[in-house]
Order: sequence, then C-alpha cells, then structure tokens
Amino acid sequence: MTAPCLTIKNMTMAYGDFIIQRDLDFIIGRGDIFIIMGGSGCGKSTLLMHLIGLQHPAKGDVFYGGESLWQAEHKSRQRILQRTGVLFQSGALLSSMTLAENVALPISEHTRLGSQRIREIVSYKLSLVGLAGFEDYYPSEISGGMQKRAGLARAMALDPEILFFDEPSAGLDPVSAKLLDDLIRSLRDNLGATVVMVTHELASIFSIGTNSVFLDPETKTMIASGPPQQLLAESRDPKVIRFLTRGETENRSENVTKNQETCDL
Amino acid sequence: MTVITANNTPCEINVSRIGQTVEAAIRGNWVLDAETPALEPVFAQLGDGAGINRLVFSTEALGRWDSLLMTELIRLLDFCAKQGIQVDTTTLPEGIQGLLSLVNAVPERAGARRQEIRTPWLEVIGKGGLRIYKDCQALVVFIGEMALSVTTLMRGKARFRWIDLWMYIQDCGPAALPIVSLISLLVGLILAFVGAVQLALFGAQIYIADLVGLGMTREMGGLMAAIIMSGRTGAAYAAQLGTMQVNSEIDALKTMGFEPMEFLVLPRMLALILIMPLLCLYADLMGIVGGALVTVSFFDVSLVEYLNRTANAVHIPDFTIGIVKCAVFGILIALSGCMRGMQCGRSASAVGDAATSAVVTGIVFIVIADSLMTVMCNRLGV
Repeated sequence: MTAPCLTIKNMTMAYGDFIIQRDLDFIIGRGDIFIIMGGSGCGKSTLLMHLIGLQHPAKGDVFYGGESLWQAEHKSRQRILQRTGVLFQSGALLSSMTLAENVALPISEHTRLGSQRIREIVSYKLSLVGLAGFEDYYPSEISGGMQKRAGLARAMALDPEILFFDEPSAGLDPVSAKLLDDLIRSLRDNLGATVVMVTHELASIFSIGTNSVFLDPETKTMIASGPPQQLLAESRDPKVIRFLTRGETENRSENVTKNQETCDL
Repeated sequence: MTVITANNTPCEINVSRIGQTVEAAIRGNWVLDAETPALEPVFAQLGDGAGINRLVFSTEALGRWDSLLMTELIRLLDFCAKQGIQVDTTTLPEGIQGLLSLVNAVPERAGARRQEIRTPWLEVIGKGGLRIYKDCQALVVFIGEMALSVTTLMRGKARFRWIDLWMYIQDCGPAALPIVSLISLLVGLILAFVGAVQLALFGAQIYIADLVGLGMTREMGGLMAAIIMSGRTGAAYAAQLGTMQVNSEIDALKTMGFEPMEFLVLPRMLALILIMPLLCLYADLMGIVGGALVTVSFFDVSLVEYLNRTANAVHIPDFTIGIVKCAVFGILIALSGCMRGMQCGRSASAVGDAATSAVVTGIVFIVIADSLMTVMCNRLGV
C-alpha cells in the first residue's frame, strides 16, 4: 500500500433528508489510478463533487494527506483544492474563450508568471494532450474528444497532485477512449500524480485502474473495494460480479482470463 | 557535483564543452515560482557555430521540477532542432523523457495554427453591410415561415400542445402584472407632474386629466407595456429556444415530426397577441390612477372632477388605438424573441447573445412600428 493521498472517513452524502450514500470509508493511495464505479444513479458523480469541494458532506470528512477538507477555513480549503485538477464530463471549457485562454486562466489567476511564460506553458500543456497548434480555437470549433482533451490540459494547468475525472471516456469512440486512457496513465506515470476517476467503462476500469470502490444504489453504501482485477476474480457479491462482467455471470472464469490477457498485452 | 540541501535551491543551467559535445548540467528546483535562469547564454554557446553537434544533459543535481523545466527544455530542444544539433535525452529523468515523448507524440497538424489576420477597414464595413443584408433576409424568411404556420393554424391543422399555450399565457399575463403596475403607475405620475408644471401657470390644472388620459391610452400605456414585455418575455423566449437549440431539443422535435415553428413559436406568439391588449388596458388604467394621485394630492383638483374630466376627454377610439398598437407590439416581441432564439448558436455564450439581441431587436421594432402607426393615425385623423 502506498502512502495515503486522500482519505474518506465515515462519510454520508445526502440531498436534504434523501440519503445517497452512507458510511463511505476508503483510502486513495498516492500514485493510484482510483476508480469510483457503480450503476447509474448510485452517486458516483456526487461523491466526486464531495471530493473536490463542491458539495458539503452530510456527515464525515475528506482528508487531503492529513488535512481535513471540510473542517478547514474557506481560504485553506481553496489552497488545498489548488493542488487538484478536475476534468468534467463534457470538458466544461468556457465557451467564450479560446483554448489557450481557457488553459491560461488558472495559471494567470494563481501565479505571478509573465505572459510570455504563460504562453509557453499553455502550448506545452496543449501539446501534451495532442492539441499543438489549436491555441486560438474556440471550444465550439473542435470535436467532443478534442474538447475533452483540452479540458484535461486545463485541469493540468497548475501541475496538480491529484487529477479528478468525471466519466472521461463518455461519448468517445473506442479508439479515442483507449488513447485517452493511455494518456491518463502516462501522465500519471510521468507527473507522479494521483488519478481519481468516475467511470463505468469496463475497458478503462480493467486496463488502467489500480484500485477501486464499488457503490451500490440499493443498500446506499460501498459494497466492495480493491483492485478491479482482483474484484473480478475474488468478489463473492453477485452485484459486483454482474457489473464487472456486464451481466454475463456464467462466463466469469472466461472473463477473468480474457481480461488478464488484455492487461498483459 | 553539488548536493541539494535547501529546499529552495535556485535553479540553474550550466553548459560546458567537451570537443564537439556540449554538456548541460541542470541543477536545483525548477518549479513555477522559482527565479528562472536565462537560457540566452546557453543559446549563445550552442549557436556560435563552432562545430557543435551533440547536446547531453547531466541532472544529478536536479531537485523538484514541474512545467517550468518542461517549457524551458522544449525551448532548448526546438533551438537545437533548428541548429541541427543532436540531442541525447536518455540521461534525463524518466518522467521528463515520458512527457517529452508525449509532447512529440502528436505532431502539430499542418494548417491548424491560425495567423492573426488584419482586416482592412473597407472589408470590415463591407462585411457589416453583408451581415445586415443577411439579417434582413433571415427576418423575411422567418416572417414567411410564421405566416405559413399561422395559415396552418387557421385551417385547424397546427400541432402544438394547448397546455403550453396556457402556460405561456400565465407567464406573460398574470405573472407580469406587478412590474407593469409599478412602471405604468410611475409613468402616469411623471406625465402628470410634467404637465402640471406648465398647466398650473395658466391655472388649468384640470387639463392634467386630459393630458394623462390621452397620453396613456393612445401612446404611453401600450409602449411601456411593450418595452417591459420585450425585456421580460422576449428575452425569456430567446433564452428558452436558444437553450433548446444548444441541447439539440429542436432537432429532436423535428425528427419526431413536429414543425418547430408550429410547436414552439406559434403558442408563444398567440399568448403574447392575446395578452398584450389586456396588459395595455391595465397599464392605461394604472397610468390614470397615477395621474389622479398627483393631481388630487398636489394641485387642488377633487377626485370626482378629475374622473369626470378624464371621461370627457378620453373616448373609445383612443383606447382602441392603444390596444391595436399593443397587439402589433406583441407580434413584434414574439417575432424578435423567437427568431433570435431559433437562430441561436450552439454554445452557452450564444444563448446570452440571443437574449441580448432579442431585446435590442424587439425595442427597435417597437419604436419604429409605434412611430409609423402614430403618423398613420395622425394622417387618417383618427
């Protein structure tokens, strides 16, 4: 087990009286690619909102390293969250700005770098995600997959320690989704960042996930956690198995070997 | 070799030359808030043309690093590529090598980068003219389509949900009453004050009733109601339809066999045409009340006298003129709101633009139509 990067302690999430998930307890290790998975409507994205400080937990807390996120003052919470970057499901680029302005926005607001230096950083970030030369395009002028990668460049603008992804491969074709997965993994490897990802793409889960938690909408709590491959091979919970095998439970052993093969590749 | 002791070791890059090879030693913490060493001396040494053909790195003393080091390395590599100097990156830390290969993984697409183009002013003017021309064209097309959908409605074949019509009526009628009350009351009040100052000179305060009554019914009641509704409802229509455009909802309606003009625009327009005359009447009434308030309380005229004078001065045709004008304004507001909404682009900021231009277009149309109708009434002696 690597050093804990993010600790979720005894957290309950609710909208008013309506409980979404209760008693969440898990640790995200430094350098992990951590997957939050579960069926539709189980609160995956809500959990992400709680981790990135957009929604207040009904009970419990989130710790960045040793620092509590929700007990902290507003200012220190901002400071903690500056070490994170978020890629939203649709990219969430500001549509009135060019890609370069979008990526430059957090840099110019949070650092005192000169404009020449910012321009260099922006074009470096854009070329990291394969968008070299697209500085002056508006989000509406590029495709959905490119928007997502531009969103990733913006999320990485301040060299965050933790990157959050909300369904990164949703709406992408399988090849682009695979490329994005590879990109996420190599960024993690080379930048030493931790990645937290909400997804239900089995291909991504098995190919890049190093640890995971499974949220269940019916019992309203987490029912499994651990590396996805291990969950598939060892879990006894029928819901987890059904999810990880797309409901084809009979062929489970076959699936295990097949996924291990893809992983070895 | 230096050993890093302090956390904020300054970053530096030193070059030393061995034969045809240059070794760049990178030391210290290369993080964004650090003082950046200038690369120019390095460039100068590399570029002095004395047969240098290889660059190697030594990074034993490199501390923490982030995008700062990466951008500087990319600059250095670009420079070397231009000078034809071979670069050996294998001695760099693995992370940096990985990132460099990512940066170079997708080469810049040819023709993707945009040059800044200066357009001459004549072209700017020309383009402006063309845009106005296209705008007018779109307006005519939209009016045509709307006329077609009205004829479908006449033949009883238009398809929209009556519950929608009811909802729009609720939204642009009763829901707009508070703001219309406030504004018309105040306009009546202002008219009364402006008139009273002059009329009191001749002791003719009683004619304030004529001024306010005729002014509100023939002109101000309808105009104020129209301007309020243009800001309130016209903008709302543009934003609603624009958001539907952004979410592809309008495309969805088309594929389900609905004509957006009938399904979305027609009920909105009907609601405004039905409600605007009523709002106009209401605004007239509130204006007269406002005038009465001022006259009775400041200018020594009794309420009964004021009301009698108003009844003598204002006749049914005056009301009719105001109401007809207001129905026309209703059409114009619905037209500009729905047209800008349907023309909306597919981004969040486009919705804002659509709402803005709906209000601007609406008010321009209203004022032009009002002047025309006033001149017509005057010529016809109505």
